[in-house]
Amino acid sequence: MSRILIVVEHDGTRVNQATAKCVACAAAIPGAQITLAVFAADGAAVSAAAAQINGVAKVLRVDHASYAHPMAAAIAPQLARLAAGHSHVFGPSTTFGKDLMPRVAALLDAPQLSDIMAAESATRFRRPIYAGNAIVTVEIPAGSTVVATVRSASFEAAGSGAAAAPIESVAADVAPPAHTRFVSVTSAKSDRPDLQTARKVVSGGRALGSADNFKILYSLADSIGAAVGASRAAVDAGYAANDMQVGQTGKIISPELYMAFGISGAIQHLTGIKDARTIVAVNKDAEAPIFEVADFGLVGDLFALVPEIEKLIAAK
Amino acid sequence: MTKILVSIKRVVDYNVRVRVKPDGSGVITDGVKMSINPFDEIALEEALRIKEKGLAQEVVVATIGPADCQQQLRTALAMGADRALHVQTDAAVEPLTAARVLMKLIEKEQPMLAILGKQAIDDDANQTGQMLAALWDRPQATFASKVEITGSVARVTREVDAGLETLEVDLPAVITTDLRLNEPRYVKLPDIMKAKKKPLETLDMASLGVEARERYKQVKFEPPAARSKGIMVKSADELVTALRKKGLV
Ligand SMILES: Cc1cc2nc3c(=O)[nH]c(=O)nc-3n(C[C@H](O)[C@H](O)[C@H](O)COP(=O)(O)OP(=O)(O)OC[C@H]3O[C@@H](n4cnc5c(N)ncnc54)[C@H](O)[C@@H]3O)c2cc1C
Ligand SMILES: Nc1ncnc2c1ncn2[C@@H]1O[C@H](COP(=O)(O)O)[C@@H](O)[C@H]1O
Repeated sequence: MSRILIVVEHDGTRVNQATAKCVACAAAIPGAQITLAVFAADGAAVSAAAAQINGVAKVLRVDHASYAHPMAAAIAPQLARLAAGHSHVFGPSTTFGKDLMPRVAALLDAPQLSDIMAAESATRFRRPIYAGNAIVTVEIPAGSTVVATVRSASFEAAGSGAAAAPIESVAADVAPPAHTRFVSVTSAKSDRPDLQTARKVVSGGRALGSADNFKILYSLADSIGAAVGASRAAVDAGYAANDMQVGQTGKIISPELYMAFGISGAIQHLTGIKDARTIVAVNKDAEAPIFEVADFGLVGDLFALVPEIEKLIAAK
Repeated sequence: MTKILVSIKRVVDYNVRVRVKPDGSGVITDGVKMSINPFDEIALEEALRIKEKGLAQEVVVATIGPADCQQQLRTALAMGADRALHVQTDAAVEPLTAARVLMKLIEKEQPMLAILGKQAIDDDANQTGQMLAALWDRPQATFASKVEITGSVARVTREVDAGLETLEVDLPAVITTDLRLNEPRYVKLPDIMKAKKKPLETLDMASLGVEARERYKQVKFEPPAARSKGIMVKSADELVTALRKKGLV
């Protein structure tokens, strides 16, 4: 039997989708018994939501003021303690999980597998390396704790609504370190769907030329209910916010529709979009590598084509 | 003396399209261009800037890997590092092993700061800095896009999924770099000559007391599933019609 502990990522009230995807990954392991761990200042609402996720056997609720903002240095020692008796410890492959899980692995003296895309058994996993240019199958010796982050784009989120799993309160018994202090977090507020979970994404590259020009993409995105993404070049140039970067070192996404405007298709970008169901590319260079992965390619000037596409969609 | 330790990994250059060997035993690295991991160049640049502001006195670069890694250490010295440490091994170095070795170097060197890349672009692990911080029992500020040091405190802005987060950490600490932290300087020819005279010390894992044990086996390498070839459309009209047929717009 595999006893799998999953750390819950949340915003204080809701469990995020990446966590439900970890549950789906864990549930694929034969004989999985899944426990979720909620670290929060007040974890009542989050624990109740976590307990509803299908396939979850138990929820551990750990409340402490130091968890009001998730800091790896505060959570890792407590999570490592809860890991005792578990064969696997999973977290989402988001900046939250990427920051936290290796710290837990080191405390457990266990190796970590990052971005697992499939669990073939309790000890055998597949993961991408070299910007997704190779997929490696990794075998962990039996008896070693498996610490892993789960690649969200590879799994459908586990559903919820099953009979609620029991919630157990656990006292935070590891003193949080004083050496790390949360100062602030700033996010560009928008009503658009979240890039990581959106069904549709409209994305722009260096060709947009300015933050102001990105407005044509926001307009198109809003007309079809899409999130907006960007290439690294667009983010570096300040046309788009850092949290919009799609790719090897940004967000790996798997929307039903991805529309890339003025993005050349560097390997680091492509690895972030390969799991999209349908890829549309608009680029004025017919030789751009983005066309190699596009389901629908259109050669032309994005400044003319974006408004035209928006108009045609509206004209239905 | 206040020091900064920067770790540098030799990796396949980011411009190379990496391919899997036909027998699935690994990826092709023979005759392929190798470089400093791009995130580690950013780490070194940041360390040099901190030193240039007078907030540190020495920048030490370290790598763990085969003899060839000395090329990348020499490049780092030419960029401006003062000294290099080469922990030589031909074994595969997993992130936890790298972290253990770096911890030994920290015990020897007692830096005020260790700066690492957030991710090596070969294994794409994104683990070593966080593991090192755990072993050291010190703060970690990962995915940094801004670092400000005042006295014994670093204020670090981090690129997180939600936007930008700022943490304050007491030194010594581990920082891992994101792409927007800085733009690394180019190496100038005279600096390459000067770098040849800078100290480069070779160590081995055994003398540091770290075992290069494999904690997992990479049993099989495969190319990723290919996407089926798409079609080129001639106009926006044709595109929208196709998307409408698929129920996407
Ligand atoms: C360590 C590392 C990590 C990286 N991580 C990422 C990552 O996570 N995500 C990422 O995206 N990149 C990443 N990169 C960068 C990547 O290598 C490319 O540099 C980047 O993706 C290029 O962005 P771009 O396509 O917008 O710009 P460019 O490559 O400059 O392409 C612009 C495109 O726009 C087209 N164009 C110009 N004008 C028009 C017009 N009017 N109409 C239509 N088309 C037009 C051009 O033909 C061109 O194809 C990384 C690089 C490194 C070294
Ligand atoms: N063998 C190594 N030698 C030197 N530095 C390393 C090594 N492995 C990892 N690192 C450092 O750790 C960072 C993250 O690597 P990884 O955890 O493998 O993605 C890299 O950017 C390097 O700074």
